[in-house]
Amino acid sequence: MTPTPTIFVPLFIAATAMFIWSCWKRLSLTALGRTENRLDNIGQRISDTIRYAFAQKRVLAQPSGLIHVAIFWCFLVLLIANTEFILQGLFPSISFTRLPESLSMPLFQMIDVVSLITLLAVIAATTRRIVAPPYPEARTFEAFFILFLIAVLMLASFGINAAKISTFRGSTLELAKTITPVSYQFITFIPEGMGKVVHDLSWWTHALVLLLFMNLLPLSKHFHIITAIPNVFLQRLEHPPLPEREEFKVGNSFGSNQVDGYTWKDLLDSFSCTECGRCQMACPADQTGKPLNPRGVIATIKHNLMKNGSLLKKGEPPAIPLIGEGEDSISTEAIWSCTTCGACIQACPVFIEQMPKLTPLRRHLVEMESNFPAELLNLFENMESRSNPWGIAPTERGKWATLLGDRPFETGKTEYLFYVGCAGSFDARTKQVTMAVAQLLDKAGVSWGILGKDEKCCGDSMRRLGNEYLFDSMAKENIALFKERKITKVIAQCPHCMSTLKNDYRQYGIELEVLHHSQLLLQLLQDGRLKLPEETKETATRLVYHDSCYMGRHNGIYDEPRETLALATGEEPIEMARNREGAFCCGAGGGRMWMEEFTGERINLVRTAEALEHEPDTICTACPYCLTMFIDGVKDLKADKVQVRDIAEIIAEAVFRQ
Amino acid sequence: MLIVACIKQVPDTTQVKIDPATNTLMREGVPSIMNPYDTHALEAALQLKDQFGFRVVVLSMGPPGAAHTLRKALSAGVDQAILLSDRLFGGADTLATSNVLAAAIKKLNDEMAPVGVVICGKQTIDGDTAQVGPGIAVRLGYQQLTLVDRVEELDMINKRITVRRKLEGRHERIETPLPALLTVVREINRPRYPTVNMRLASEAADIEIWNNEVLKLETETIGLKGSPTWVAKIFSPERDKGEIVGNGYNDPEGTVDLLLNKLLDKDLLPL
Ligand code: SF4
Ligand code: SF4
Repeated sequence: MTPTPTIFVPLFIAATAMFIWSCWKRLSLTALGRTENRLDNIGQRISDTIRYAFAQKRVLAQPSGLIHVAIFWCFLVLLIANTEFILQGLFPSISFTRLPESLSMPLFQMIDVVSLITLLAVIAATTRRIVAPPYPEARTFEAFFILFLIAVLMLASFGINAAKISTFRGSTLELAKTITPVSYQFITFIPEGMGKVVHDLSWWTHALVLLLFMNLLPLSKHFHIITAIPNVFLQRLEHPPLPEREEFKVGNSFGSNQVDGYTWKDLLDSFSCTECGRCQMACPADQTGKPLNPRGVIATIKHNLMKNGSLLKKGEPPAIPLIGEGEDSISTEAIWSCTTCGACIQACPVFIEQMPKLTPLRRHLVEMESNFPAELLNLFENMESRSNPWGIAPTERGKWATLLGDRPFETGKTEYLFYVGCAGSFDARTKQVTMAVAQLLDKAGVSWGILGKDEKCCGDSMRRLGNEYLFDSMAKENIALFKERKITKVIAQCPHCMSTLKNDYRQYGIELEVLHHSQLLLQLLQDGRLKLPEETKETATRLVYHDSCYMGRHNGIYDEPRETLALATGEEPIEMARNREGAFCCGAGGGRMWMEEFTGERINLVRTAEALEHEPDTICTACPYCLTMFIDGVKDLKADKVQVRDIAEIIAEAVFRQ
Repeated sequence: MLIVACIKQVPDTTQVKIDPATNTLMREGVPSIMNPYDTHALEAALQLKDQFGFRVVVLSMGPPGAAHTLRKALSAGVDQAILLSDRLFGGADTLATSNVLAAAIKKLNDEMAPVGVVICGKQTIDGDTAQVGPGIAVRLGYQQLTLVDRVEELDMINKRITVRRKLEGRHERIETPLPALLTVVREINRPRYPTVNMRLASEAADIEIWNNEVLKLETETIGLKGSPTWVAKIFSPERDKGEIVGNGYNDPEGTVDLLLNKLLDKDLLPL
C-alpha cells in the first residue's frame, strides 16, 4: 500500500493525541505535589544540563554508559530524520531532497551512518542485558521489547532507503553508494521488481512502529526520554540535601504518608527514573539483603501516585497508603533500613533524589504515629533527658579533658570551639581519638576550648531518624548557646556533628565555620605548625582509608584526609575498590547506629571484608561511627590483628614519635 | 470505672551529687524527670484504657513545677492530670504523702466515678522507700499488689484482677477483688512515646491544682507536721579507691591476665 496521507494523517493524529494524553495524565499529577522553587540560578542549571544531560557525565561513570551515550546522541540525530519522515507522511511533497545538495547530502550521509551505530548499540545493549544485566531484575520484557522496536525502526529505515536506491541507475546509483553506503548494502536483499513492495512495507512498518514507540514512552521507563533532561535541569543545587524544617504548631501535621506530601519535583523524579539500577547497586541496604531498594522506592512512588491520583485530585484520601506492606506502598522495614549514606543520589544519572523521599515517611512514623523500632525508644528518651545516646549524665561530658587540666571555651579568648560530640565525650574508644586531636591541637599551638557539661548532642541522629521535633529543640538550644558564647569557628571530630553544625544549622540562621579535624590537621602540617620527625616511616604499614559518607558524599571532603595520611605515613593510603564518591557505607549513618540489624548480611561486615581484601595493618577512619563499625567488623571476622584507628591517632603517632 | 496513676517528679539522680560539707543533695541545676518506674505505671494505666476504655486520671503531689511532669503524662494520653500542691504538703515523708494521695483518690472515687485500679511505680529513685504505694492501699482499704510485672486479667463482671508479681527468683500469680492498688516494675511494659500532636496539646493544656482547701486534710496528717520520719544524714558510701589497670585496647590479653591476678590476690574470685 503506497504511503498516503489519507491513512497516515488520521493515524498520526490519533497516536499523537493518545501520546499527549498519556503524558498529560502523568505529568499533571506532579501538580499534586507541594510547591518548591527549582528555577533559581539558571546559569548553573544550564551548565549542569549540558554536562550531565547532554555530555552524560554521570552515565559515563560506568563503562556500559558508553552504549547509552551512543544511543542518546544517535537519537538526537534521528530526531531530524524522523521529523522529515513524519512531515513527509503528512505532506508527501516535503523532503530533504528539496534542500540544496550541499545540505541534503551530508544529512543523508549522517543519518545513514547514525542508523547503523544505533543498530549496533542496540545489539550491544541487548547482549549486555542478557549477559551481564545492570541489576538482577533488569531482564524485563519491556526493556527487551523497546530495544527490539528500535532495531526494527533502524532496519525499516534501511529498507525504505534501499528500496529507493534500487530504482536508481548510473551515476545516481554511484552517488547513493558513496552517500548512504549502509543502506546501499541492503539492496541485495530486495528481490527483482519488488522494490515498491519493500518500500511500502518498510515505510508502513516504520510508521507504525514509530507511533507505537512514541506511545509506549509514557507507559514505560522510557518516559525518561522526555523527562530526564528537565529533571537534570531542575535538580537540587544545594548540597548536601537538607530536609525541610517543620513548624511545631497545634493543628499541623508532621511528615507525610501520602504522595501529595512530596513536592512536585519529588513526583517528577518518579517519572524520570530510567530503571538503570545504579542506585540499587550502590545502596548498602539493598546490597546486603534489606527490603530497601532506592529504585523500588521511586517506582513505588510512581505507582502509588498513578493509583491514588484521581482521588487526591478530588481532595479525597488515598486508596493505597504510601507506608505499608502492600505492593504499591513502602514498607516500614524499608524506611528504617536507610543509612542516609547518599550513595543512591550520587549514582543517579538523572539526579533523582531517592534518600530524601524517606524523610517525610520516617517523620510521619515517629511524629504522628510513634511507630518505630523498639531500640529507638531509649535513644529518644536519653536524647531528650540527657542529650546523649546512652543517657550518661551530662556532667560527665567534659571529664576527658581533666587530664589536660580542663579546657573551657572562653568567649573572646579562645579561637576554636572543639565540639567533641557524644561519642568523643563518652565512648571509651573514641575518647582516645579525642585525646589525640586535643594533643595535636596543643602541639600546634591552636587556641581551642570545649563547652564541657554545657555541650549538647548536635541532634544528627534525631533528624535522620525523623524525630524532627527533638532535633528542632536541640538545634535551637545549641544555637542559642553558640550565639551567647559568640562561637564562630568549630573543630568537629565527627563528620555527623560537622555536617549538622555546618549545613543543617544554617536553616536556623547561623553560619559556622566548621572544620573536621583532618582538614585542620592538614593545614597545620602544611603550615609547619605541626612538624613530623625527619624519619617519617619506620616500618612499612599497609593502611586502608575508608570514606565516611558524611565526610565524602555529603560534604565533598575526599582529598584532605588522604593528603594528611600521605604526609604522616609517607605513602598514599591504599584505596578500596569502592572509594570516594562510590564508597560503601559502614552501616551506622541515618540513626542505624542505634538500631539492630536483623535482616540480611551485616553492612559493616561487608565493608570490613572489603577492606581486609587489601591485607592492611590498619584500617583508617575519620568518623566515630565508622570506627565502631570496623572495630566490630574486624572482631567478627577474626581479624583483630588489624588495627582500626582514626586519622588523628595516626597523625599523633607520627608527630609524637621520638 | 476510673484508673488512677500516681506519679512523681524527681531529680535526675544520675546527675545529683552530695555536698560533702553539708551532707545534703545538691539539686541545683539538676533537671527533673518523671520517676522512671512511674512511666511504667502510667503506661500500665494507659493500656487498660486502650483495652477497656476506662478514664485515666493521673495524680502527682509536688511543687507547682511538677506540672511539667504532668504535661508529660498528658502527652502520653491520660484524660486528666491533677497536681496536689500546697505549701502545707511540703516536707512530707512517705506517710504524709500517702495521706494526701489517698485523700485525692477518695475524692475522685466519691465525686467522679468509682476507682477500680490505682497504679504506682514500685518506688521512686530519689527516696527508694517503696512505701507510698502500699501506704495508699492501706489508707484506702484497697487490695495491695506490689512488684507487678504483668496484668494477666481484669474480670469486669466479677470485678476481679489477676496479676503476676515478680519476686526474687520466682513469680507469683495473685487474684484479688477490685479496687486494688498495683505497684509495678520496669518489666511490665514499654512506655509509649508521645506523638508530636499530643505533646503540643499537652503544652497548651491547663493542669488542675488541688490544694488543701480542696482536700481538707487535718494539718497534723500532712506535710512536715504529719511526717514522723526525719533524715539524720545523707552521705556517699565510702569506697576503696579503685585502680585503672593496663591498656586494654592495645593488649587485651595481658590486661585480662593482670586483672585476674589482682582479683585472685584479693581473693575476690569464687574458686
Ligand atoms: S541513602 Fe544509602 S542506604 Fe539510603 S537508600 Fe540511598 S543508597 Fe540506600
Ligand atoms: S533512581 Fe536513578 S539511579 Fe536509580 S534506577 Fe532510577 S534512574 Fe537509575
